[in-house]
Amino acid sequence: MLGAGILKGLAETARNFLGSYVDKDRLTTVQFPEERAPRIEASRNFPFLVYDGTAKQEGLRCVSCLICEKECPPKCIFIEKSTDKKPDATGKLQFYPATFNIDISVCMSCQICVEVCPFNAIKMDVDFELSTTDRFSDLLWNKERLAKSNEYYREIHPIEAAAVDAELAEARARVAGAKAVTTSPPAQPSSGSSVEK
Amino acid sequence: MTPETIDQIFVISKHWLLGYMPTALQPIGSAILSVVPVLVVFPLLFAITTVLERKGLGRIQNRYGPNRVGPYGFWQPIADGIKSLTKEDVVPRTADQVVHFLAPLLLVLAAFLGYAVLPIGKNMVITNLNAGVLFFFAVGSMVELAVFMAGWSSRSKYSLLGAMRAVAQMISYEVPLVLAAIVIIMASGSLSTVAIVNMQATYTGIWPHWFLFTPWGFAGFILFMIAATAESNRAPFDLPEGESEIIAGYYIEYSGFKFALFFLGEYLGMFATSGLAITLFLGGWAAPFSFLTWIPSYIWFFLKLLTLIAVFIWVRGTFPRLRMDQLMGLAWKFMLPMTLLNIFTAGIWHFIPEGILRWLVCSLLIVAPWILLSRGLKQRKKLQVRTYRFAE
Ligand code: SF4
Ligand code: SF4
Repeated sequence: MLGAGILKGLAETARNFLGSYVDKDRLTTVQFPEERAPRIEASRNFPFLVYDGTAKQEGLRCVSCLICEKECPPKCIFIEKSTDKKPDATGKLQFYPATFNIDISVCMSCQICVEVCPFNAIKMDVDFELSTTDRFSDLLWNKERLAKSNEYYREIHPIEAAAVDAELAEARARVAGAKAVTTSPPAQPSSGSSVEK
Repeated sequence: MTPETIDQIFVISKHWLLGYMPTALQPIGSAILSVVPVLVVFPLLFAITTVLERKGLGRIQNRYGPNRVGPYGFWQPIADGIKSLTKEDVVPRTADQVVHFLAPLLLVLAAFLGYAVLPIGKNMVITNLNAGVLFFFAVGSMVELAVFMAGWSSRSKYSLLGAMRAVAQMISYEVPLVLAAIVIIMASGSLSTVAIVNMQATYTGIWPHWFLFTPWGFAGFILFMIAATAESNRAPFDLPEGESEIIAGYYIEYSGFKFALFFLGEYLGMFATSGLAITLFLGGWAAPFSFLTWIPSYIWFFLKLLTLIAVFIWVRGTFPRLRMDQLMGLAWKFMLPMTLLNIFTAGIWHFIPEGILRWLVCSLLIVAPWILLSRGLKQRKKLQVRTYRFAE
């Protein structure tokens, strides 16, 4: 008969209505600015630059190789290479970015810059409260604003950061080993880096 | 003060105020004093309803609903009002400026005109027209004109099609709406809303003589409320707006306060038709039991109105929007035959002498077609089982 399903539906909504006053578990709303849902490790949205140690600008891992700038699909990364070099984390002399800007209004959070970076210098952040009052200057993030410490990275993506740290430690060990090897008779192939030097 | 004076306090104070006016000004003064309260109370009720509705719908979906502005979010309507006032009023360049401007005003005006014949309390009606019910339906159909003006003057195909849909729906449901009300006119022998309420405000023992408590009255009330929901474009009949399909339909080209006026008009129309349903079926301002008559009549009216609004919200929170063909099918294949049969039943009721027999006969006359119609209209479609090979 027409009406039985209607009454059933009405009973269900009435139960929800009354139940939400009695049983607090029904209300799953997270009241945002005060309450926050637990942060999920896999979440990501905008890239940031990782720095090691405490020096915010000097410790940047980025060596200004421009790969991410080339690969970024919407072309929202703008890098200017430095003219001088300075020692990187492993003590090797490297270029560093004189400017490193990302237009976050264009960035589409594709993570490609992160995937292509050979130096683990750029990673995805989880910060989502990015609203600004000025759409012209506040949306173009410079080096200062993009730099975040490795500790922060470990905090937001613990598993990923542990892997990166292990990889970097291994690379450092290899460099240290190679240095030790270069003092003994050279075992390197004859062609290679000697040409560049 | 006796209960009688409290009940009549507004009427008495109006006459007291009129006493200070020169006689020549008294008719116009009396009109203003009757109209202004309606212009204040019902928009205020609209403001309260918007926040209650949002909270109610929230609770139905296990959410909190608005709870930020003011205590428990009850100042939300003020914030909404300020917002809609400060929004830019965008008018399409090709739109018919005059008609585009007049449409929302006409809609609100049409919604307000119906209140002229609603008895809000004992002796509290703006005009006691002899053809009150007829007047109500006549001005109610002005809404269709306003809707079409809005859709046509926007010079947009979206809004024009939206207006066509809206008008088609409103006209289709106006037929069962009026036919469902006819049983009351038959029973009371009057088109005056005041006379209809007075007839119901009598009691047998403690029980009132509401038309709801008869088989045809009950069926009429249900049919009337279904048609009223469709007539005021409320869910599940909110196809004219159809925000998921046609994006606000006929008022798509309206912004800011004009949009708010459409909203206001919709709610005022809902209150007016609910008020008429109360007047026709639920005894108007009459108390539900004879021992409760000491409570002022206008309080009863507004209690009943709030109950009906609560039901409207409940229904809105429960049912999904219908499809256009389902909607028209319901209007013409189910509502129309049922209302016609209901008129017939009311006639039979009149001729069978009082007793258990007429209850049985009339109930059967309504329940049997109800079951048969709903069975017969059930579409038995053989649905093919679809396999999605790519999604395995
Ligand atoms: S996440 Fe994608 S779009 Fe954003 S900066 Fe990196 S490569 Fe460009
Ligand atoms: S962030 Fe990585 S890929 Fe981009 S320039 Fe720096 S080192 Fe190269």
